[in-house]
Amino acid sequence: MEENTNKPGLFEKGGKLEFLHSTVDAFDTFLRVPSTVTARGSHVRDAVDLKRVMILVVIALIPAALFGMWNVGYQHYLAIGETAGFWATFWYGFLKVLPLYIISYGVGLFIEFAGAQIKGEEVNEGYLVSGFLIPLIMPVDVPLWMLAIAVAFAVIFGKEVFGGTGMNFLNPALLARAFLFFAYPSKMSGSDVWVSLGKGSAVDGFSGATPLGHLSEGIDGVTAAGFDWWNLFAGTVPGSVGETSVIAILIGALILVWTGVASWKIMVSSVLGALCVGWIGTAAGVTTVPCWMQLIMGGFAFGTVFMATDPVTSAQTETGKWIYGFLVGALCITVRLFNPGYAEGMMLAILLMNTFAPLIDYCVVNGAISRRAKKMKTA
Amino acid sequence: MSNNIRLKGGLDIPISGEAARKTVASIKPDVVAIQPDDFKGLVPRLLVREGDKVLAGSPVLADKQRPDILVTSPVSGTVQQVVRGDKRKLLAVLVKADDQQESVDFGTAKVSSLSEEDVRKKLLSSGLWIALVQRPFGVIADPAAKPKAIFVSAFDTAPLAANPEYTLGDRMEDIQAGVDALGKLTPGGVHVCLNEANYSGTPFHRIEHAVLHTFSGKHPAGNVGVQISHISPIGKGDIVWTVSLTLLAAIGRLFVSGKLSLVRKVAVTGPVAKDPAYVETVPGMAIRQLGAFYDNSAKDIRFVSGNPLSGRNVGEDGFLGFFDNQVTLLHEGTERELFGWIKPFRFNQFSSSMTYFSWLLPKKKYSMDTNTHGGPRAFVVSDVYGKVLPMDIFPIYLVKACLAGDIEKMEKYGIYEVLPEDLALCEFVDPSKNDIQAIIQNGIDRMIKEMA
Repeated sequence: MEENTNKPGLFEKGGKLEFLHSTVDAFDTFLRVPSTVTARGSHVRDAVDLKRVMILVVIALIPAALFGMWNVGYQHYLAIGETAGFWATFWYGFLKVLPLYIISYGVGLFIEFAGAQIKGEEVNEGYLVSGFLIPLIMPVDVPLWMLAIAVAFAVIFGKEVFGGTGMNFLNPALLARAFLFFAYPSKMSGSDVWVSLGKGSAVDGFSGATPLGHLSEGIDGVTAAGFDWWNLFAGTVPGSVGETSVIAILIGALILVWTGVASWKIMVSSVLGALCVGWIGTAAGVTTVPCWMQLIMGGFAFGTVFMATDPVTSAQTETGKWIYGFLVGALCITVRLFNPGYAEGMMLAILLMNTFAPLIDYCVVNGAISRRAKKMKTA
Repeated sequence: MSNNIRLKGGLDIPISGEAARKTVASIKPDVVAIQPDDFKGLVPRLLVREGDKVLAGSPVLADKQRPDILVTSPVSGTVQQVVRGDKRKLLAVLVKADDQQESVDFGTAKVSSLSEEDVRKKLLSSGLWIALVQRPFGVIADPAAKPKAIFVSAFDTAPLAANPEYTLGDRMEDIQAGVDALGKLTPGGVHVCLNEANYSGTPFHRIEHAVLHTFSGKHPAGNVGVQISHISPIGKGDIVWTVSLTLLAAIGRLFVSGKLSLVRKVAVTGPVAKDPAYVETVPGMAIRQLGAFYDNSAKDIRFVSGNPLSGRNVGEDGFLGFFDNQVTLLHEGTERELFGWIKPFRFNQFSSSMTYFSWLLPKKKYSMDTNTHGGPRAFVVSDVYGKVLPMDIFPIYLVKACLAGDIEKMEKYGIYEVLPEDLALCEFVDPSKNDIQAIIQNGIDRMIKEMA
């Protein structure tokens, strides 16, 4: 929609700084609702837009982010054997996590804006969510330059080359993590990366391993390492920044399901899939960890609620969502049970199912169409 | 009714400005427009010149390929102007109406004694043939075709739609004659769809010689396309016809009185309409004749001929469309709200999604304007569209097939069954703000071109 001025404005078409149009437009529409009126079709429109959808995901992530910051501090003081007050603990974690956010948003948004500028499109708000997710699925001590490379890789090759948000087939945030995992495995696994020691040194007997690190030792190993259902559920354990607290994640899940932004079908079926394989695992004697415990360990809950439900990269059909979610959960536990070297199966399970989601949809849609065609023939 | 068809999903849009059930004026037509664009598939050939005298029912336009399809004047008067646009495209023929209205006499006859050929000829010569819309694709019915059946929706669920019991309840005789006449044209009979909630309250359940169906549910339950897909879905090679209840009454009138009378009650509605109510007028009426209903001194009103979801923006100098019995007046929403999308509460904005708090106020009517409330984006959210389309199709797959121009996929995903109006609600709820109706129309135009 052209503005009603005779001369083109500085940033409008024909203006001097036209090349910055997308950037200015992004900030402008960030502050104020655009004055665009409907040109064709329905004359009135629903008040919801993608900005609203995306900001709700960010809001749903805030409990996990806040708890994650506190937990970073908590794990730090635990490891160096000091005690600190609540605010000191939180502050330590906040200062640790803040740079991750600055890098994530700084690098990601720069590329998004540049991409929109080149294509002459409006800046898509999808990165608001990806940029918020990425620090939460990283080990807190990840070097910032690695994070920057991973973000750049994820945004360029996960999204922009396909045409931006809505066109990508892999979850960009997970892609950033997968990139780091395969490029710099020493910084993304093992037991040294999950707890920020800062300048302090660890006390005797400190391990730093995540609960999943003990998974191959069975339930006794997990318990012996000091993990019980309560601290796994509350999240006072080492792990990626935002993934540890199931309570915080459930608050987010409630917001997402109530507002309808994320699919409850995917969440439920993912849990079912995990329970199913986890139960088979215990019944067949592969592991002694009870299946329900898999749900509160590692990144399963976070992945199920925030990553598997990404509307762009998950299945699009309602039946497809059930299948997709079930396979995400099932694959995650399968990886955990049979790959002791890298026990966090959620990332790989979701990325793998991302690539299969279009196939699932294809089968569901074609199945429905041929069923209907048969019905019409007999009718 | 035992075989009621209950439709899940859908959405009744709570927009303010419903017309009160009273007819405040009988608008005497002044200059009336005959607009070829009202009719899909018509390639117009002009039959009159400026200054010619016409009667109500005199031919004004004919179709170039099928010259027996005529568009006739709704009033008697003098052809004042032939309006042409770019590349001499014919936009409208303006007829200055006489004080005394005279009509061409097409002769009365008992419908039961007429043959199929008589009915067809009478409809073609009177210019009422174009009231028949052919599906797939929503084009003018082909006189040489034999439709599977003819469908009429006797209720309208569109936002602020004219109430059919009020507008046509007293014209049962005409409607019955119309049903009888159209019944001759199809072996499948005339199917009339009623609202289950109002079944006993509506006079239309007394229609005879038709198959009655009842539906319950929210909009688009009243869309004839949605109804057809539940009664007898349109497959490849099928042809069905539809006709609006308003024009069905006009068809009946033609057989009863022998004259073309398109006079109808029109609902003047919308949030910025002053004392919204009904007027009695003819199609092609100048919107300016509704001056008593609005104050456009700020030039900020949109004039829509039809309903706010799928009507046409005709402007203050425009005219009422041939098929429309509703005019919607909307405020052009060019104001810019600060931090609109991030505010937790926006009580004056309606959203069907739970991301806002409209669900707290289920009874509230909203003074909606034409703001898009966001910029266009790629499709992201996947489950909102199917919830407002009670048809057995995958709307976004169809839309994407239309965007890609893939004929085979369009066919597979159900292009034969839909018209843009059926997906209007998908467009309304779309958080990505795509023009879904326009995309579907482009897809349909491509199908017509490929199949020609």
